[in-house]
Amino acid sequence: MIALLRRDLTLAVRAGGGFGLGLAFFLIVVILVPFGVGPERELLTQIAPGILWVAALLAALLSLDRIFALDWEDGALALLATSPLPLEGVALIKAVAHWLTTGLPLAFAAPALGFFLNLTPEGYVPLFWSVLIGTPALSMIGTFGAALTVGLRRGGLLLSLLVLPLYVPTLIFGAEVARRGAEGLAYSTPLILLAGITAGSLALLPIASAAALRVNLR
Amino acid sequence: MSFWEFANPKKFMDWTTPVVPWMAGLSAVFLAVGLIWGFFFTPDDFRQGSTVKIIYLHVPAAFIAINAWIMMLVASLIWLVRRHHVSALAAKAAAPVGVTMTVIGLATGAIWGQPMWGTYWAWDPRLTSFLILFLFYLGYMALWAAIEDPDTAADLTSVLCIVGSVFALLSRYAVLFWNQGLHQGASLSLDAEENISDVFWQPLVISMAGFVLLFIALVLLGTRTEIRLRRAKALSARAARA
Repeated sequence: MIALLRRDLTLAVRAGGGFGLGLAFFLIVVILVPFGVGPERELLTQIAPGILWVAALLAALLSLDRIFALDWEDGALALLATSPLPLEGVALIKAVAHWLTTGLPLAFAAPALGFFLNLTPEGYVPLFWSVLIGTPALSMIGTFGAALTVGLRRGGLLLSLLVLPLYVPTLIFGAEVARRGAEGLAYSTPLILLAGITAGSLALLPIASAAALRVNLR
Repeated sequence: MSFWEFANPKKFMDWTTPVVPWMAGLSAVFLAVGLIWGFFFTPDDFRQGSTVKIIYLHVPAAFIAINAWIMMLVASLIWLVRRHHVSALAAKAAAPVGVTMTVIGLATGAIWGQPMWGTYWAWDPRLTSFLILFLFYLGYMALWAAIEDPDTAADLTSVLCIVGSVFALLSRYAVLFWNQGLHQGASLSLDAEENISDVFWQPLVISMAGFVLLFIALVLLGTRTEIRLRRAKALSARAARA
């Protein structure tokens, strides 16, 4: 498992594109928002947590189809399926690798970009925690979507259609943590619920992803 | 005679041939009685005026929209466990009906909401979760359409249906947390002491029965069409080989 994780990380970093692209996309979306809604500081303060969360979600979405596509094309996925590691484990590792290359950098970048959106000072810490805890769920759900659509020639758009509704609960709780934090309210309840979604996804979705992969490899 | 005999497409076709027209006819009768009674022979509500009458479309459509998904979930589980093709095709046939009912529910709600709430749309938990349900239906149908091999498509959509059910339920409660509602409580429930007043209740139950029968008729019809399509494909494949 560690070897697979290391291989995926190396591929992600060396192949270029995947690793920095998500972050750059996140940066651009966040910077575009003030151009769209105008530069009023109060308005930006109000919408900053939500914008940062939606942008993080889109950035995570961007690299989803790469999770399995390359391994599918060169046959590595079939080899992984015959390896002693169960497919559930492969799916989980793929999600972890995706998270390490997108979710984790996003968690550090989000507070930095909050600066552009005039986020209140109290908002930085809860924003960091909510993105850090919420993005593993995004990666895992996305891995499931990628597993469903891996056999399709043009699965990218379909993948977004399948995955975005599944992202709704994570987005609600994540943005709620960030909003409450920015307004100086107690935010432990939505944070715990968010952690619950992440834990549940990590526990159950590898099984569903592996089932989908087996069907596609048949 | 067991329920599983309908897993045989031949048996299913033989049995449903006479059933579909009956279901369709009964549904038409129930709908006609329920809607005409509801629209023309019930009094106007004292606060809502005549807009209350949209309830005869709104409540049954919403009821079917949710239960169609549950039916798809059960059919998907049957397909995954027992590999009965009719079950997978029934789930496929139910999705367009379900999405239509979702749209009817949303549209009638919006038409009613404009005079009553002063807005066509509000980000209310019930409305939002219905919109999410609509997106789930779209994703489900898009996945069916995208995959060429029928068994692969049935497998993957079944997995999506199961995961989607969990997340649909999760969204339902997540939006409750997110925003408190404008939408009133359930219009009908079995354990409530007092439902809506009897004059509205009776035609509503009749039109709900009509919608249920309509759903059954449409799903059976859709399933029959899918089975015929499969047969036609098998025949043309055989002809191509010969």
